[in-house]
Amino acid sequence: MAEIPIAWFLTLSAVLFVLGVAGFLFRRNIITVFMSIELMLNAVNLSFVAFSYQLKQVDGNLFAFFVMVVAAAEAAVGLAIILTVFKNRSTLNIDEVETMKN
Amino acid sequence: MDVILFLVFAIIAVVCAINVVVQAHPISSAVSLVGVMGSLAVLYLLLGAEFLAAAQVIVYAGAVMVLFVFVIMLLNAGAESRKGHSLMVQVLAVPLLVTLLGLLAYIVQRIYRSDTTVHFGGFTHGTPQDVGRALFTGYLLPFEVTSILILIAILGAIVLARKEID
Repeated sequence: MAEIPIAWFLTLSAVLFVLGVAGFLFRRNIITVFMSIELMLNAVNLSFVAFSYQLKQVDGNLFAFFVMVVAAAEAAVGLAIILTVFKNRSTLNIDEVETMKN
Repeated sequence: MDVILFLVFAIIAVVCAINVVVQAHPISSAVSLVGVMGSLAVLYLLLGAEFLAAAQVIVYAGAVMVLFVFVIMLLNAGAESRKGHSLMVQVLAVPLLVTLLGLLAYIVQRIYRSDTTVHFGGFTHGTPQDVGRALFTGYLLPFEVTSILILIAILGAIVLARKEID
């Protein structure tokens, strides 16, 4: 077998996405939680590119490109928010940032 | 050959992704995430998305992850403690994750049936020329809106990082 079924790519994408969700749920460090979100975005991008291959159209590549751009913007703003949280609270543990919980 | 290439980089991606989740220190997670992004770039090349593979390496593995590493070092983030998960996370998280993975795998394997197979060179319209032409004709409005979004994000990041919030 010299060719790869497209389902393998989608399965890999699903596995990476679930690992991202696992990181999001289990980790307590706010930076690692943020990195898990990036992992999920990457997994979805792989799906987009695989569908682009299947449909023989460039549109999927463009969606992945836009996801990439939005992720870069999100990383810039998110890390600035993390900096501000750390400045005010001196902690990176998300369990200790609970003002809105009470 | 293509299958071997796919399997090698898929395994690298999954191992690095597991490493992102299990490593206690954020800097180890960040380096593992670079590994995931690099192997995904190779898979993009396999799928014919040349421009996207280059952008993945430059934008994601380069710019975004350098930003992450800068912030980790700036805040001197240490290893996180293992304790303190809430009861709901301890009891429900693993079954829910397995259910989610099973559901996604079921959709991919059963409901979404496709005979398409991937071989290197099967899709040649992911070059910078094709992407650029589509970007500046059919997707011009989203492109311009995205540029404004980036501008707002830059301004927001500067304002947030400079100002002391009381």
